[in-house]
Amino acid sequence: MDITQKIRKFFSKFIKMDSIGNDDNVFELGLVNSLFTMQLIGFLENEFEVEISNDDLDLDNFKSVNAIVHFLKTKLS
Amino acid sequence: MSEQKVKCVVWDLDHTLWDGILTEETVHGLRDDVTQIIQSLDKRGILQSISSKNNYQQAKEKLEEFGLWEYFIYPQINWGAKSESVKKIAQLINIGIDTLAFVDDQPFELEEVSYSCPEVMCIPASEIPGLLDLERMKPRYITADSQKRRRMYQSDIIRNEVEDCYTGTKEEFLNTLHMVLTISLATEADLQRAEELTIRTHQLNSTGYIYSYNELKNFIEDTAHEVLVAQLDDKYGEYGKIGLVLIEKHKSLWDLKLLLMSCRVMSKGVGNILLNYIVNRARAAGVALQAQFVPTDRNRMMFITYKLNGFQELARETSYMRLAADTSYERKIPSYLKIVFGGMH
Repeated sequence: MDITQKIRKFFSKFIKMDSIGNDDNVFELGLVNSLFTMQLIGFLENEFEVEISNDDLDLDNFKSVNAIVHFLKTKLS
Repeated sequence: MSEQKVKCVVWDLDHTLWDGILTEETVHGLRDDVTQIIQSLDKRGILQSISSKNNYQQAKEKLEEFGLWEYFIYPQINWGAKSESVKKIAQLINIGIDTLAFVDDQPFELEEVSYSCPEVMCIPASEIPGLLDLERMKPRYITADSQKRRRMYQSDIIRNEVEDCYTGTKEEFLNTLHMVLTISLATEADLQRAEELTIRTHQLNSTGYIYSYNELKNFIEDTAHEVLVAQLDDKYGEYGKIGLVLIEKHKSLWDLKLLLMSCRVMSKGVGNILLNYIVNRARAAGVALQAQFVPTDRNRMMFITYKLNGFQELARETSYMRLAADTSYERKIPSYLKIVFGGMH
């Protein structure tokens, strides 16, 4: 499973992903909240072994599947 | 040993709550003034549970016979180590283990729990008559919410069981709850609960500022300040007053000095919703909105809530951070929750 698939799989536990594309802004769609984000960050930190600091907590880094993939790739490089 | 008030008393059964041993069928009555003590603790908002090496069904029936079963949440009636039960209770209720007290007649059990969980207050059964007079058993205030606390936890247990069986998504489940968030200007009657919230809430707390009853009273009476309380209800029952907001209003700027929510409603995403409501109100009033924030090692989720809402960091003072809201767009209130204004202008 590549990064995108892993992230989509995580999302699908919380929202129906059938009609959600990788560039869709899940926050604007009102589908997720801070509890979800907290869990997402926990998942990303564990699954990809990165450390997400307060400065990383920018909406832009997490607003869509692709945004997260891009953010992770920057962190991992 | 913690100086924190006790949030939960865990009772043993044989020779503690009642005389005799249940499995030997020698139980004839309750000890001391146990019914009155349990009811008093319940009214004080102190939760109660059980850790007993016994047969679950048999113990349940006996407690029902005594009219006491309803007072206990997450009873651990099994043959395992009591220290494990005590830890489990703290976890299930989601309170610090240093806010538990454990009552048992056997020195062995008291020592076993004490050894494994040194922060638990271990009380021998011989000291039950003096239980209600212990300082740690006397909460600062007894609010209407305190008296309902056990029932609110019980509603939550049912709610969680329903959710566990639910096969749809989280969002769909939230839709089935018919949640209503009532936001009102705080009144003097709310002050005790408000003070309690500032003392007890750590995770969903934007600044951790603790305000006393008198300070809050002054803010309520001051026209330049607004104190809001949020109450949450759903079809399974009440959550009580779970949110507190303190805003200082300047001519063209509102300063959000405190936003806190009880952790009990963390999974319902209400923190976002309250913040959305405040931003929308600032927009409607045509003012700018800033917020103070004090990052701690426990309020990361609240920080995320602000960031997700579009707040940006403006400045970092020595004791707090200043954030500014982006008021250029209306925040959406999710469809699974209804907001009601309780007696506000």
